[in-house]
Amino acid sequence: MLKYIFKRLLSAVPVIFIVGILAFFLSRLSKGDPARVIAGTDATDSQVAAIRQQMGLDLPLPNQLWDWFIALLHGNFGYSYILNQSVSSAIASHIFPTLSVAIFGEILSLAIAIPLGILAADKQGTFTDKLVQGFATLTTSMPSFLVGLLLMLLFATRLNLLPVSGFVSPTESFSQYILHLILPAVSVTTLQIAIVARMTRSSMIDALSSDYIRTAVAKGLPRSQQLWHHGFKNAAIPVLTVVGQSFGELIAGSIIVETVFDIPGLGQLVVNSILRRDYQMIQGILIFVAIVFIFVNLITDVLYAVIDPRIRQESF
Amino acid sequence: MVSQIDNKNQQIDDVSGADHVPNSVDIDDENKTGKRQNQNSLWAAIKSSPSALYGGIFLLIIVFACVVIPHVMKMDPFATKASDILMAPSWQHVMGADNVGRDVFARVLFGGESSLLVGGSVAVVSGVLGFIVGAYSAFFPKIGYWLMRVCDGLMAFPAILFGIALIGGLGQSIGNVILALSIVFIPYVARVVRSATMSNMNENYVSVLVSLGASSTRILWRNIALNVIAPWIIEVTFVFADAILVEAAMSFIGTGIPQPSPSWGNMLYDSRTYIYQAWWLTVFPGVALALTVFVINIFGDGLREVFDPKRRR
Repeated sequence: MLKYIFKRLLSAVPVIFIVGILAFFLSRLSKGDPARVIAGTDATDSQVAAIRQQMGLDLPLPNQLWDWFIALLHGNFGYSYILNQSVSSAIASHIFPTLSVAIFGEILSLAIAIPLGILAADKQGTFTDKLVQGFATLTTSMPSFLVGLLLMLLFATRLNLLPVSGFVSPTESFSQYILHLILPAVSVTTLQIAIVARMTRSSMIDALSSDYIRTAVAKGLPRSQQLWHHGFKNAAIPVLTVVGQSFGELIAGSIIVETVFDIPGLGQLVVNSILRRDYQMIQGILIFVAIVFIFVNLITDVLYAVIDPRIRQESF
Repeated sequence: MVSQIDNKNQQIDDVSGADHVPNSVDIDDENKTGKRQNQNSLWAAIKSSPSALYGGIFLLIIVFACVVIPHVMKMDPFATKASDILMAPSWQHVMGADNVGRDVFARVLFGGESSLLVGGSVAVVSGVLGFIVGAYSAFFPKIGYWLMRVCDGLMAFPAILFGIALIGGLGQSIGNVILALSIVFIPYVARVVRSATMSNMNENYVSVLVSLGASSTRILWRNIALNVIAPWIIEVTFVFADAILVEAAMSFIGTGIPQPSPSWGNMLYDSRTYIYQAWWLTVFPGVALALTVFVINIFGDGLREVFDPKRRR
């Protein structure tokens, strides 16, 4: 088990390395001299040169790349000269609402998508199956911010049941925290439901055509036990993979949806950074999300071994 | 002599490419395959899949509505009229008017034109480059390993955030949106092409060609490529749909198509301010966006059925 985890960790190294290089070149893409932008329009040449030296921009490119990597390894995602704050501290102060929306959305999507996918697989080819698949195609066609806007339209002007904007900290009022999260979480979850339900359906169909299910049918197990205990346990791995792979997109979705619901999370930080032309901040957030993505995938891979003893065996 | 044999092989390949039943058709699908063997043309195959047929027809209608109608009718998405500000849908403005009195219908159609332009260009650019990257990384495993790691690295960034950061570096214009999204989607195409190419390289016809002394360029581009086209077209269709979605999200937070040019994303952003007074500002661009992407997705699903009878439900 440990050996498996170690092997998997090792295989993430080249990807992190390449993410670092890509992000470095992204940050050097901007036209114009960042030092001049920071110094302001009426700075003298010597002031600009001093800032260049302070930022390390006068070093040769390979040295800059090296410094960049060392900084990344120290968990330093860059420094916003416009906010005069490090990217990591800005992320730390904005991450909680975003993670709340993303995790609440993920829980919601799993709770809805897995039973839907199993239902569709069980009733394969029937009207129910077609309905689930049609629903999945429809929701993959709606970006989360559009779902958010439509929900807002419905709840703000017609229903008046739920709060449509803002964020309440759980320490202030837990029930308000949950109530404010419902609409944003539903908005980010629709796409996720489609992805997970589709994968559950196809992987359940494979599992249901196997011999052990025939045995389970033959010995007269109740259908629910055939489906959940025997079927889904074997169908879970591909489902877990898409959950891991789409978590990055879920965070990206939360960032966009925050704009709709006025939630003070990473999305607000991104949008304000765009308005301030603070690209150090945007790139820092980008790298942060990429690293979160890589680690979520690592964790899902480790979970495979927990779920499936065959994978555990292979590593020994 | 050698070239004659090669030509024959080429013809056999052409045939299998033309009726779009790649050599991987399973035997246990015999009834469906049997039905399809009578229909040799691509057209017959498309007709046999309602999703591909109706998806294609609706897609053509949408393209016609967004690209031809606004120019023929000489609509103006920028004309403002103070007396029409926030006017509800009526005969004068079928989709109402926005906060500065512009016709929403005209803006939805022009927004559609830029969305389709972005989606289509991204599909073509990332499709072609992704094909080259995918095919070569399958053919040369050593370069392929590193190319695929670069793709993994690119795919670790969520498409929207990567697009925003690229636009930050490049500057905001429709051309740069296309460039940024093409870079974002190349790895998705490359992965599909790579795995399809790899499974073809184990086929007998490739080893025959190798022993006949055909050059690798020739095998890759004249033989394998024809068998990889089907999964490639399907993936490119989905890239088309996804690129429209990502462009809309980028325009929504202000890094996509620059204002005042209409796009579905920036119209939706503007609508948020007036959500209590003017539902039509949200609903019409929103429905246009979802409908377009839905139709493209249905079309892509249909193509998958056309090319791969195993997937038919």
